[in-house]
Amino acid sequence: MYASLPDAAGPQVSVIVDGKPVAVPAGASVAAALLLAGAVPSRANPVTHAPRAPYCMMGVCFECLVEIDGIPERQACMIAAAEGMRVRCAPRSSPPERS
Amino acid sequence: MAMNADAIVVGGGLVGSAIGYGLACEGLRPVVLDEGDVALRASRGNFGLVWVQSKGLGNPPYQRWSRTSSELWPELAERLRTETGIGVGHHRPGGVCVCLTDEEFGAREQMMHAMRSQMGEDGFDYRMLDRGELKELLPGIGPAVVGGSWSPYDGHANPLYTLRALHAGLAARGGRYVPEAKVQTLSAASGIFTAATAHGRFQAPRLVLAAGLGSAALAAQVGLHIPVFPVRGQIIVTERIAPLLRMPTLILRQTDEGSVMIGESREEGRNDDQSGIEVVHRLAARAVATFPLLAGVRMVRTWAALRVMSPDGYPIYEQSESCPGAFAATCHSGVTLAAAHALRYAKYVAQGSLPEEFQVFHSRRFGSDVRLAS
Repeated sequence: MYASLPDAAGPQVSVIVDGKPVAVPAGASVAAALLLAGAVPSRANPVTHAPRAPYCMMGVCFECLVEIDGIPERQACMIAAAEGMRVRCAPRSSPPERS
Repeated sequence: MAMNADAIVVGGGLVGSAIGYGLACEGLRPVVLDEGDVALRASRGNFGLVWVQSKGLGNPPYQRWSRTSSELWPELAERLRTETGIGVGHHRPGGVCVCLTDEEFGAREQMMHAMRSQMGEDGFDYRMLDRGELKELLPGIGPAVVGGSWSPYDGHANPLYTLRALHAGLAARGGRYVPEAKVQTLSAASGIFTAATAHGRFQAPRLVLAAGLGSAALAAQVGLHIPVFPVRGQIIVTERIAPLLRMPTLILRQTDEGSVMIGESREEGRNDDQSGIEVVHRLAARAVATFPLLAGVRMVRTWAALRVMSPDGYPIYEQSESCPGAFAATCHSGVTLAAAHALRYAKYVAQGSLPEEFQVFHSRRFGSDVRLAS
C-alpha cells in the first residue's frame, strides 16, 4: 500500500518499531515509519479501546500517539524519525470491562 | 424587500439558538440572525457545565430557574436526539465543588447552608462531604483535597454538539438560521420590528435580543437595557484518557471522548480572548492538586473566551415597555440555562409576557449607575 516514490532514494535511517528495525527516508515522520512497518493499529482509544492508527498526518487528530524513546503518548506524525529511535505501540482491540 | 418571520432572534449562540428552537417548538417560524465569524462567540469557547449548586445566593428565583433548567435538560437532550439525530452528551450525575483547604471548606459550607435557608420550601439538596466520603465519589483525588460540596442537580453537556443540534432542530421545525447577518439597526413601528442586517432586512412582530456582548449597543434601539460586559475565562483541554471523573467538579470535567477540561478563571477588564501562561499555570496547578494523575497527562490546547456578564452576575430578562414584543435574554450560563430558554422562556415570548417572578431579572434593578461594556 505504501511505497517510496522512485526519486525518493535518499539517505535512510533505521527506527526500531516494537523491536523490529524499519528503514525510512531521513526526515520522514515516525508516523510514516509506523505505516511502513505495518504497525497498525498503533494504539487503542483510551475510552472505547477501539483500534487506532495514524490518520491526519498533520498533528491534529491525536490518533497516532505512541511511546517514543520511553516517553508515552507522543504524536508520531509531528516527530522526525531518527537513527536508533525506539517506538512502542500499544494496540488493543478488545473492549474493556465497564465498571 | 423585507423578509418576514413570526419572530426575530438576534444572536445565534446558545441563548439565541435555544430560544429560536423553542419558538419553533411553539409553532412559530422564527429567524435567528447570527453575526458571523467576527463575533466573540462565548458559545464556542465555554466549558459545558450544567451547574446549579452555587447559583443564586441572595436571588432565590435565579436558583429556581437554574434548577428548572437542570431538570428540563434531559427532555431537551432527548428531543434534540430524536429530532436531529445529534447526541449532545448530556449527563446529570450530580457535581462536586472540591475544597483544597479548611478555609475553602468552611466558606463553602456556609454558602451552601445559606442557600438552603433562603430556598425555604423549595428545599436545596446538598451534602458537605469529608475527604473519605469524597474519595468514594471521586477515587482519584489527591492528598491536598479536604472535602467538598455535592449536589444532585449538577451535570454537563457538550456545548458544541448542543449548539449544532439547536441549529438543526430549528431548521427541522421550519425556522431559519441566517449567518453573516450582523444587525446594524433595530426599529419598531406599528408593532412590527425591523432588523436591518448585512444580509437584508427582516421583519417580525416579536423580537428577542440575545446577542451576548453585542446586545449592549442594540438594546436602546428597542427600549431595552442590557448593560453587559466581558469577563474572560480560560480553559485547558487535555489528551483523551481512560475514564477518571464519574461526575464534573466546578473546575474539571471529562468529556464522553475522554478529554479532561480544566477551567474556572475570571478576568475583568479584558476585551481580548487570548489565553496566557499565568492563568493556565494556576488552573493546571489546582487540577493536579485535585487529581495528581493529571500531572502526567498532556495538554492539547488552551483557549480563552469572554463571558457575558451583567453588573450583579444574574441574567437579564425583560420585555420592552416602549416596544412591547421586544424581549431581552442574556446570561453567563448559556449551557446551564439552554433547556429553560428552549422549553420555558420561548413560551413566555410566544405568549407575550414574562411571569411575575421574572421582575427580579429586569434591568431596572441596576438603577442608572451601571458599568457599560466598553
